Amino acid sequence: MATSDGTQPPPGGWTLDAAAERTAGGSAALAGLDALDLAGRPGGRRGRLALRLWNAFWPKILAIALVLGVWELITLSGYKKEIFPGTGPTLADLWDQAQGATLWQAVGNTLQSAVIGFAVAIVIGSLFGALVSRIYPLRVAVGSLITGLQTMPSIAWVPFAALLFGNNNSAILFLIILGAAPSIANGLITGVDYTSPLLLKAGKTMGLRGLSLWRHLILPASLPVFVAGLKQGWAFAWRSLMAGELIVLVFNHPTLGALLNNDQSLSDLQGASAIMIVIFIIGIFVDSLFGAADTSIRKRWGVV
Amino acid sequence: MATNTVTETSAVTLAGVSKVFGRGPAAVQALDQVTISVAAGEFTCLIGASGCGKSTLLSLVAGLETPTTGDIAVSGRVAMMFQEPALFPWLTAGGNVELALRARGVGRVERRQRAGELLDIVQLGGFGGARPHELSGGMRQRVALARALAQDADVLLMDEPFGALDAMTRDVLHDELDRITAARNLTVLFVTHNVREAVRLGDRVVVLSSRPGRVLEEFPVSIPRPRRIDSAPVAELASQITDRLREEMSRHGD
Repeated sequence: MATSDGTQPPPGGWTLDAAAERTAGGSAALAGLDALDLAGRPGGRRGRLALRLWNAFWPKILAIALVLGVWELITLSGYKKEIFPGTGPTLADLWDQAQGATLWQAVGNTLQSAVIGFAVAIVIGSLFGALVSRIYPLRVAVGSLITGLQTMPSIAWVPFAALLFGNNNSAILFLIILGAAPSIANGLITGVDYTSPLLLKAGKTMGLRGLSLWRHLILPASLPVFVAGLKQGWAFAWRSLMAGELIVLVFNHPTLGALLNNDQSLSDLQGASAIMIVIFIIGIFVDSLFGAADTSIRKRWGVV
Repeated sequence: MATNTVTETSAVTLAGVSKVFGRGPAAVQALDQVTISVAAGEFTCLIGASGCGKSTLLSLVAGLETPTTGDIAVSGRVAMMFQEPALFPWLTAGGNVELALRARGVGRVERRQRAGELLDIVQLGGFGGARPHELSGGMRQRVALARALAQDADVLLMDEPFGALDAMTRDVLHDELDRITAARNLTVLFVTHNVREAVRLGDRVVVLSSRPGRVLEEFPVSIPRPRRIDSAPVAELASQITDRLREEMSRHGD
């Protein structure tokens, strides 16, 4: 490496002390410029954990408070007074349900389906997205199909899934995967498309080709858009899951959807509202996870 | 096809190179019969108005594009720098340099050490852990230079690398580039819009015409180094070249 150096390379590898001495004036100017350039830039601001948690959570708490406030206003207005559930009784109902095992079983079962279904959707969506963005004819043929699938309301698939798989969890998983995979695939395809041509040029002159180009350049470059696709995919998955659970009732398998369905049959508006609060809170919580992933990527890239 | 002076020591040779983009009536001829020979260790600046195909020329030498006609011969490895640093934002400064080493198969332990040394060369020792966005424009461009050096190239292609920097930073980076290219005996093809920069840096300045790009004239630069961009001999030759460029530009105004 240093053999092309005009001067004798120092023993034990090469240092640039000699070169640095030669241009000591220039180097000092450079160091000064760097110091000036970096001065006045915000350093790494990393507050205490408690403060960061508070900053992350107060908007959610505010959102919940807003919902409760509007709800309480409607109750106070006396709208459908006989059946409209008030905040107090509903929260008491939720508290009661939280004492029993059924609600927790339902939350567990629903989240389990969500996690498994979403994980499978990530694998299928990513593989599919990678193939489609890589192979041009496939892209022409399948590209609009993916968007078509995405716009298809998941509830329209429920009869198909129920008839194909029967009333069991496979039908519900099928609905989640079908709901989430197109968004995830689209996220990856768009991410790959938006890879900066300049970075691609830089990577290619560096000697990155084929798989290594994908691994070291295209995939990391498409990560932000991919995460946006994941977030959208999750929203679709969660909706599909609720729709599926409401309709596809699996015997002896309590789920949030099944509890809602049960409350509807029993005309228990208060119980249904309590379950909806649970669904709402889970939705906000998972969304904040994606938000955190997105923020951490933007921080790394410096696009906050 | 074209006369050219291929010497035994030439590192880059373009012989009668033409490049046409597109086909039929929409075709655009970017380069027309360009013949340039660059000796090993020579610093050649390419200058010309917009549309002279400078960037196309570098892409051809880098092998990112193929010429429509003519031949290009390059001896040794080629690395390239752009007007933007084009650093990968998901990697640290050190990570960017290491990736270039990895692309040519340098082992993990050696990579780390070599990346540190390369950052030292561009006076950025200690900044290996910084993310590109945490550095100034000039520092980013130096990381890009370290990354180019990591490719262990014999030929360095530079496409207006200092075009986006302020004059003071550019001035200091000229000194750095002088030092590094001399120490490593690099062959450099340097594209710029800045005539004084070309004279400050080059052993030779090649003036290209526009639409299509042709070699108009070559100016050898015999001013001894170290040079200063504001010295009288640099200014004098620069104004000669500027006159030649103006003459060419006015041809397009008719």
